[in-house]
Amino acid sequence: MTSNSVLERNRDVDRVVLARRADWIRLETIRLIEIAKSGHYSSVFSCAELLAVLYYRTLRLDPTNARWQDRDRFVLGKGHAAIGLYPVLADLGYFPAEWLETYTRLGSPLGDHPDMNKVPGCDFSSGSIGHNLSVGVGIALAAQLQKRDYLTWIMLGDGELNEGQVWEAAMAAGQYGLSNLIAIVDANGMGLDGDVEEVMGIEPIADKFEAFGWSATDINGHDVDAVVEAFDAGQHRSRPHVIIARTRKGKGVRFMEESPHWHLGYLGPKDKDIAIAEIKSRLER
Amino acid sequence: MSQPLDPASWNIETSTARLPALTMGDELCHLAEKHSNIVVLTADLASSNGTAAFRERFPDRFINTGIAEQNMMSIAAGLAASGFIPYVSTFASFASLLCAEQLRTDMSYTKLPVRILAHHAGISMGFYGTSHHAVEDIAITRAMANMTVVSAADGNAIRGLMRATFDVPGPVYIRIGRGAEKPVYETVPAFAPGRFVTMREGAAATIIATGFGVKAAVDAAEILAVDGIELRVLDAAYIKPLDTQAVLSAARETGAILTVEEHNPHGGLGGAVAETLAEAGVGVRFRRHALPDDYVLVAPPSHLYRHYGLTGDGVVLAVKALIG
Repeated sequence: MTSNSVLERNRDVDRVVLARRADWIRLETIRLIEIAKSGHYSSVFSCAELLAVLYYRTLRLDPTNARWQDRDRFVLGKGHAAIGLYPVLADLGYFPAEWLETYTRLGSPLGDHPDMNKVPGCDFSSGSIGHNLSVGVGIALAAQLQKRDYLTWIMLGDGELNEGQVWEAAMAAGQYGLSNLIAIVDANGMGLDGDVEEVMGIEPIADKFEAFGWSATDINGHDVDAVVEAFDAGQHRSRPHVIIARTRKGKGVRFMEESPHWHLGYLGPKDKDIAIAEIKSRLER
Repeated sequence: MSQPLDPASWNIETSTARLPALTMGDELCHLAEKHSNIVVLTADLASSNGTAAFRERFPDRFINTGIAEQNMMSIAAGLAASGFIPYVSTFASFASLLCAEQLRTDMSYTKLPVRILAHHAGISMGFYGTSHHAVEDIAITRAMANMTVVSAADGNAIRGLMRATFDVPGPVYIRIGRGAEKPVYETVPAFAPGRFVTMREGAAATIIATGFGVKAAVDAAEILAVDGIELRVLDAAYIKPLDTQAVLSAARETGAILTVEEHNPHGGLGGAVAETLAEAGVGVRFRRHALPDDYVLVAPPSHLYRHYGLTGDGVVLAVKALIG
């Protein structure tokens, strides 16, 4: 049984609106990190379009019923990007927008990494990189066992692919034929110490997943049309599917895109103004 | 065609028949008949730990992850978040050490009802060596908030603890031996959550034992009873939550406490009992009878238990050292 508040899958939303949502996520991220004075701006900026398309178009959700059994699941493997997800969940009505103002303050439900028991709409806690593709396998297996048609989406970073457990999970998803599992790799090419390929290379990503029995697509993760097309095409395949979204860490704020040093940081007033002005100039176009 | 085996031979297929106290596979079938939300996972050990019996009965609810224990734990967490009660089974060494973070972050922090059947605990793997011994697992798991920690003395206790913990809302670490344990319970006991079981009454001293140590404690009490020394013996089937009332009553009523466990001396049952006594300000003769703070020798399990005093005779010596 579904209620009137259900947001169906693959909603017809204007691509310009989705692109603007992505920039709004960037602005909210800057706003909230101001509270903590420390945060992962660039890791959110790389996946802003991916989050926008997922939540404002792709996922089947009911924000009035966060634990609805037939909702599509989304597990944020790269939990340090949760600050990009919180404004979206509040905007959709999962929890009051006022909660955002408590971000990282004593007792807040909202910390740097998401807590499923404190954040309505968060399908699984994360923070320790590499666990959550396995968790996604478990959630997708549950759908198979219960004969439910929800889809399980998981977002990983490309640096996260260095973790061995990711490949244990990839192996299992292939073995179990989890066609209801879709992984998105936010391939922004950078970890904390710099280029993933220099620190510990993981290319070719698609070939690796395909070798474990997955199908794979490589897309430009900032091209909303390409993201929409890939997310639509990723559903109901015959095998687990991975969408490798080629992105830029810090995307949307030029000085962050051009520097390898923004995995974690804080924008002082002057730099914050520059970043906000650059993003707003796109929104005013 | 395979030839009939010599009666003295055994292989993986016949191994569990030689381990009557490894009751978890059969008990899983029993529980799963009543509860359709039970699923069972193992990491390529079904034929060793008895979950093959479950696989036979409920093939659709059995998941083998191959030799990937961390993956298994996180998958179980995902299943638990989706309405299932997953029982994950692997050697206690891998469950507690290799998968400590998955136990902490994916099921304790998230408070999910995963049950960890941590078998071949302690030094029951004998000459397989330190990689296969779990003598730190009580310390590790009882330091995890939301985790319930129970420890089975024999095959009936395994069944009783699996039944008693079925409804616990968070994760449960069920410490199990290798299945060769001699019985201390004639029937399946009905464990009360968080309570010790009184195996024997006495006033000369109390032995609080857990797991394999319970049999050694009961044997020691019988030996000493011949000389008129009557010991209270408690089975610490629940280690977390700990039966602090029983600990304090034992201190008050018997004046001396010996803990017995197949574990490193640090952070195990002995540590938990000592913390309780110290915080209550209770002065009592007290001694931990555990394995040394060292990696144990290579030997068959029964030889190790004799060597490290985890037998009736060994515990008698420890009691005499305690009460003189």
